[in-house]
Amino acid sequence: MTLLRAEDLDCRYGLLQAVRGVSFEVTQGETVALIGANGAGKTTLLRAIAGAHKPHSGRVVFDSADVTSLPAHRRVSLGIALVPEGRRLFPSLTVEENLRVASSGQGRWNVPSVLEVFPLLQPRRHMAAGNLSGGEQQAVAIGRALMSNPRLLLLDEVSLGLAPIVVDAVYRSLAGIISEGTTVLLVEQDLARALQVAGRVICMLEGRIVLEGEAASLDRDQVVSAYFGLKRPA
Amino acid sequence: MTFVNAVVQGIFLGAFYAVLACGLSIMFGVMRIINLAHGDIAVLGAYIAYVIVQGTGMSPFVAFVVALPVMIVLGYILQLTVLERSLKAGILTPLLATFGLSIVIQNLLLLRFSPDVRSLGGNAGAVTTSSWQITNGLSVSALGIVILVVALLVFGALQLFLSRTRAGWRMRATAEDADAAELVGIDSRGVYARATALAVAIAALGGLFLAIRSVFDPLSGPTQLIFAFEAVVIGGMGSLWGTLLGGLALGVAQTLGAHINPEYSALSGHLLFLAVLVVRYGGFRVSLRTAR
Repeated sequence: MTLLRAEDLDCRYGLLQAVRGVSFEVTQGETVALIGANGAGKTTLLRAIAGAHKPHSGRVVFDSADVTSLPAHRRVSLGIALVPEGRRLFPSLTVEENLRVASSGQGRWNVPSVLEVFPLLQPRRHMAAGNLSGGEQQAVAIGRALMSNPRLLLLDEVSLGLAPIVVDAVYRSLAGIISEGTTVLLVEQDLARALQVAGRVICMLEGRIVLEGEAASLDRDQVVSAYFGLKRPA
Repeated sequence: MTFVNAVVQGIFLGAFYAVLACGLSIMFGVMRIINLAHGDIAVLGAYIAYVIVQGTGMSPFVAFVVALPVMIVLGYILQLTVLERSLKAGILTPLLATFGLSIVIQNLLLLRFSPDVRSLGGNAGAVTTSSWQITNGLSVSALGIVILVVALLVFGALQLFLSRTRAGWRMRATAEDADAAELVGIDSRGVYARATALAVAIAALGGLFLAIRSVFDPLSGPTQLIFAFEAVVIGGMGSLWGTLLGGLALGVAQTLGAHINPEYSALSGHLLFLAVLVVRYGGFRVSLRTAR
């Protein structure tokens, strides 16, 4: 069953066209990686799906309902949660307050279950989020998104600025979340990691989708040339 | 002893300034709006209480409770019609919009109530005239104590609200990052409207105290705004407890100045304000923080 459908999305910042006529679908339970070079439009696309960026044209359909004109907080209650680039925690709130402020009340995820998935946060529970390390902050950001019990989790560069060992820990926790059936659409710079975690890969170049396919069926050269635009599609 | 008396009276005066400044501090803290109509909103609240007192003969304190829902609704409407639009247009626009609002309120009040000076002091009963002589040269007025206690209650309640309740966390989260707050399901428009409603309601409380402890007229607002603004800046922009302390410091500075010479009252408050600006922002090159 299709959970998310982007139809001919077009996003602009003034005259700059960041996303150009992008259409794709994400099926319930799937993990899709969105890859591409800097400035390819991945972050803008995620923000448009989450409602943080108003698209110039096109539609976002979630669970067969057109959500294009809904503000971000209404999409959260429908089940779309974005872990934004740069984490964007509320620095003066404690870890627990950061989590509870996003709570939807009912569902699999609450403060204890999030702390179970990210045990490193347990001792930091009552510390201000601004005083945490980068990895801990990323865990809070993911946990905060989970607190709304999303059906679709959007992750924007969760490994950015983190030590490789911390990235491994974050991805181990993510694997657990994915295995429970949460649908995930993630942006990842690290190609190997994206191919490893995702079932399907969408590669963007200059605002367009240039390659799309099962992670297992794509060979690395194909992805690399799409990534850098070496063989442009006609 | 007269020195101690001046400090005590300054604390009472400062509590009044703190109440006036509270709403200004909330609006700056949550939305980064400097509401130049804040003093006029306080005076508007005083006039609404005045109309109710004149019409019904009830105590000004009861009249304020009746006026409170009106002010809260006004705050909502103000946010959703004027401030929300102006916020989208950059940091200067809310300043211009509230400046215009200030002029509109003043002139509407002039039109309706004439420039006559009014007071609710006579209607408030014994609280305005009672006082206790502690020792020779030190007396404590009942009204001063009422205002101080109410100020502490208002700031204490706000502190509890912001630190203990989910709605309070939502307000702090929105204040820190409205965009990220939307992404975790917080209706930032609603939070902004509630913050403004709260600020307007507390401004009206300041207006009530102004009307009881002294006199007011349609053009009283800007003077109140200056004192409230100084209290906010002395205490540190956007800090709630700082605003309370800033108000108290301003009040004490004014009464101490008046203790030296009655002409120095307002001046010594301004001097404290300038001294804080110079010390905190490093010299005379004051650079205000720019909005995100």
